Formats: sequence, structure tokens, C-alpha cells
Amino acid sequence: MAYNFYVNLAYLLGAVGFVWGLRLLSSPDSARRGNFIAGLGMGLSIIAALFAPMEGAANNYGWIVGAMAVGAIVGYLAAKKVKMTAMPQMVSIFNGLGGACAVVLAGVELYLFYHGKRMLDTGGLVIILLTLLIGAVAFTGSMLAYAKLEGLVDDRKVTFRGHNIVNNLMLLVTVGLGVWLCVEGKESGTTLPIVVGILALIYGFSFVAPIGGADMPVVISLLNSFSGLSAAAAGLIYGNNLMLVGGILVGASGTILTVLMCNAMNRSLLNVLIGGFGTSGTSAAKATGDQVVKEVTMNDAAIQLYYSQSAMIVPGYGLAVAQAQKVCKEIDDLLEANGVDVKYAIHPVAGRMPGHMNVLLAEADVPYPKLLDLEDANSALPNTDIVVIVGANDVVNPAAEDDPGSPIYGMPVLKVWEAKNVIVLKRSMRSGYAGIENPLFFHDRTRMLFGDAKDTLTKLVAEIKTL
Amino acid sequence: METFYQFFNTNLILIYLLIFTIILGFEVISKVPTILHTPLMSGANAVSGVVIVGAILLVRESAPDDYFSLILGFLGVVLGMVNAAGGFVVTDRMLEMFKKKKK
Repeated sequence: MAYNFYVNLAYLLGAVGFVWGLRLLSSPDSARRGNFIAGLGMGLSIIAALFAPMEGAANNYGWIVGAMAVGAIVGYLAAKKVKMTAMPQMVSIFNGLGGACAVVLAGVELYLFYHGKRMLDTGGLVIILLTLLIGAVAFTGSMLAYAKLEGLVDDRKVTFRGHNIVNNLMLLVTVGLGVWLCVEGKESGTTLPIVVGILALIYGFSFVAPIGGADMPVVISLLNSFSGLSAAAAGLIYGNNLMLVGGILVGASGTILTVLMCNAMNRSLLNVLIGGFGTSGTSAAKATGDQVVKEVTMNDAAIQLYYSQSAMIVPGYGLAVAQAQKVCKEIDDLLEANGVDVKYAIHPVAGRMPGHMNVLLAEADVPYPKLLDLEDANSALPNTDIVVIVGANDVVNPAAEDDPGSPIYGMPVLKVWEAKNVIVLKRSMRSGYAGIENPLFFHDRTRMLFGDAKDTLTKLVAEIKTL
Repeated sequence: METFYQFFNTNLILIYLLIFTIILGFEVISKVPTILHTPLMSGANAVSGVVIVGAILLVRESAPDDYFSLILGFLGVVLGMVNAAGGFVVTDRMLEMFKKKKK
């Protein structure tokens, strides 16, 4: 009796650890402690699972301890070795593995059921199929997200005409077969569950395929929420309340982040999922051809920056690609030394995961009070002497404000054109992910500085030092 | 419909737990500052590694000669553990960078 009590207490404390840890994670001062407490909760939960009383169980502790050692070492090393710029990829992989674990569990349960080693009613089958479906989407979806972030897959090459129709059909067929399986039970034969599993895995890929570029933060937090839900569904299989609580918490947090990201773009989740960018709003104004961009020389740019009162840096995904965050900080230091007030304007969907820019700049030792969010940045911009845009495009596009035909019309953007001068660092005149023209580049106050972000910034540092 | 009523009545506590956890989840996490979006996501991701508990239970109850279950269960424990351990460590690394800046 007492033994049972301690195991259940450990599960309960584990669940409290998750809730409390996530609570602390949402405030900067306590975040690190929060992560630690959630980790502690995980430790307690694992211990409880190891020692929970199970009648007649063979336990097979050798297998479990071996697997835990392998997993812990691989996870620890991967997490320690990964570069900060590769963080979105790492988080995607970890997330996918959680989903894969749920798929494996569902697979074994189905196997046991079909071999008469497990009795299941319709409800039990439904739960297992839910675990399989959600876990599979989280798994293959995250893997494709990883491949996209790593640049292994070209966004535009994995989609085809009518992709969304095929996707919806596939989902319908998968769910339909799943329902059939639940109704038929064992009568359906072993082929059916395998087909459902494979379809679910393919659907995961196909579901993420049309989503890319600037929509990555949305899909990553959505997949995060899926892996939580698959853990919760697996909790129902084993009648384990702790898994249910942990999974649902992750599902809820992922959902909130997803909604936040969607709001930041003023688009609905559905619109993001069908890859709406660049496909709608065909009436968007095209460049008229007689518009010319004005370039600025390195020397002029350096002078403008060095002798300004206030400067604002607007980082985007280009900063991450070029890994230019440290050079950025160097410029910041040089300017600060000359009394320039340097701030950073962070758009909520800049980069490829929620809060991407914050992590990168933190790595470069930029103090976080210098990072302004959308609202603060927009109220500070009219009084800013010079804005430097490093690898951002769609989040500074004035068409979102004044061109109702533009696909991004209505998306809140950084109103950099209200500042006195704008310098845009850009590799070429190619349009951003949304594939639309950015009138900002043709604006009176805008000057372009072409080249790789890191290269350009390094040259700029050298130039400023000569002043 | 009868089955549904019965399901509802017998699983009432579970349904309470489900609904209250959803509400709790939304309450606990809403109003996160942008700066913490990545660590929160990564920390939550680590928590979803709780699925390892299921994998452990599965291996424990498998027959010692049921190699199909054992091998897949082993794989499940490895996957869950990488997710959990890696997730917490990576989150800690990120938060450590934020911390440093405060001084």
C-alpha cells in the first residue's frame, strides 16, 4: 500500500513539476529555474514509471536502462554540440523523435492486439489510432521541417498543383480507414493498420510540404503542439494521468504560440496551412520598371551610422543564414562608443521559429533591454535617424499598410520608412519568401547595400573604425 | 448514443482532468514575452518527451521472449529519452545565454 502511495506521489509531483516549470518558463527571471523544475518533474516521472507496481511483469530492466543510457547520451551530446544558429533544426528533430516514440507505442499496441495478446474495445482502438495518427504527423512533419530549415529541401520543389486537395483527400482516406478499422476490429486483418500507419506518415510530410519560409514559426509551434497531443493520447492507452497532463500542457502551449504567430501575421491558421502566401492577392502591384533603387557606398553608410543620434537594426532570417549576429554586435559596440543609441527591432515572425532573433542576438551578447518588440519599435521609429535592415524583407514591407491588393495586406509590419534614413542590406533584388515586391526598396529614404550580410557588416565595421 | 452516455459517466474524472488541464495550460502560458518564445517552445517540447513513460511501461510488461515488443519498446525509450534529455539541455543552454546578459 505504502509502495503504491510513493509511486503515485512521484507521478503527482512530476505533473506539478511540469505545470510549475512551464509557469516559471514564461518569465525571463525565473525561466532557467523553470526549465530545471520541469526536468526534475521528468526525472520523477521516469522513476515512478520504472517502479510502478505491475503484476506479473517481466520488467526487462536491462533493456530499459540500456535504452535510457543511449537516449540520454545522444540527446545530451546533440544538445551540447549544436550551434546556436542551428537551434530551430535541433528543436524540430527532438520534437519529431517524441512523435516517433508515440508511433512506436501505437504500433506495438496494435501488434499485440492483432496477435491476441491484448484485449481492446472500440474506445481503446480509437485512442491507439489517434496516437498513431497525431504521432506520425508530428514525426514526419518535424523531419521535413528540419530538412527545410537545414536547406536540404527547396520549399517550392516539394509542392505541386492541387497539393492541398491531395492533402485533404489523403487525410480523409486515412481517417476513414481508421474509422473502418475501429469498427471492424480484428476482422479487418493486419494489412489495414499498416496501411493506415504508412498513410499517416506520408500525410505528415505532405502536410508540411506547402508551408515554408516565413511561415516556419507557425508550423514548428503547431508540430510541437501535435507531439504533446500524441503523448497525451498515449497516456490514455496506458491509463496514465501524468502523460495526459504533460501532453495536454504541451498541446496547449504549442497552440498558444501558434495563435500568437498567426496573429503577428494577421492571418488565420488555415491560411498558413494551405500555404496562402504568394498564391492569393494576384492583384498585388508589380514594380513598374521605371523605379530605380539607390545604392549607398560603404563609406557613406559608415559615416551616416557613426554620426547619427539613434540607430535601429532590423534583423531577419538573412541574419541567421549569414550568421552575422556577432558582427552586428560589433557595429553596435562601435556606435555605442560614439554615443549613438542603438536598438534592435524584432518582428514577432522574423526568422524561422518563434523568438528566433532573440536567441541569436542573445548569443552575440546583445542585452535584451535593447530589443524592442513591434509596438515599441514602431513608436520609436519616427525619431530614429537611421535604420539598418539585415536580411529582413516581408516584415518591413509598406505594401502591408497601403496596398489592399498585396497578399500581406493587413499584416502588422515595422514601419521603418518613418525613420529618417533606411539602409537595406540585401544579397540581391530577389523578393522575399512571399514572392512579392517590396516598395520599401524604391522609397526616397532607402539606400541599398548589396552583398552577403556578414561580409557587408564586416566591411562596415572596418570602415567605421577608420573614421 | 447509449455507449456515449456510458463512456461519459464512467470516465467523468478523466474528462474533468482533461478539461482543467487544457484551461490550466492556456492560463499558465498566455502572455509570454517574445524573448521567451523559443525557450518556452523548446522546454514544452522536452516535456512532450513524457511519452517515454509509456515506452517504459510497455517494455516492463513485455514477455522476455517477445522480441518484437522489446526491440520496438527499446527504440521507443531511446526516442523519448533523446527528446526529453536533449530538450531540457538545449533549453538550459539558451536560457544561460539570456542570463549572462543581465549583469
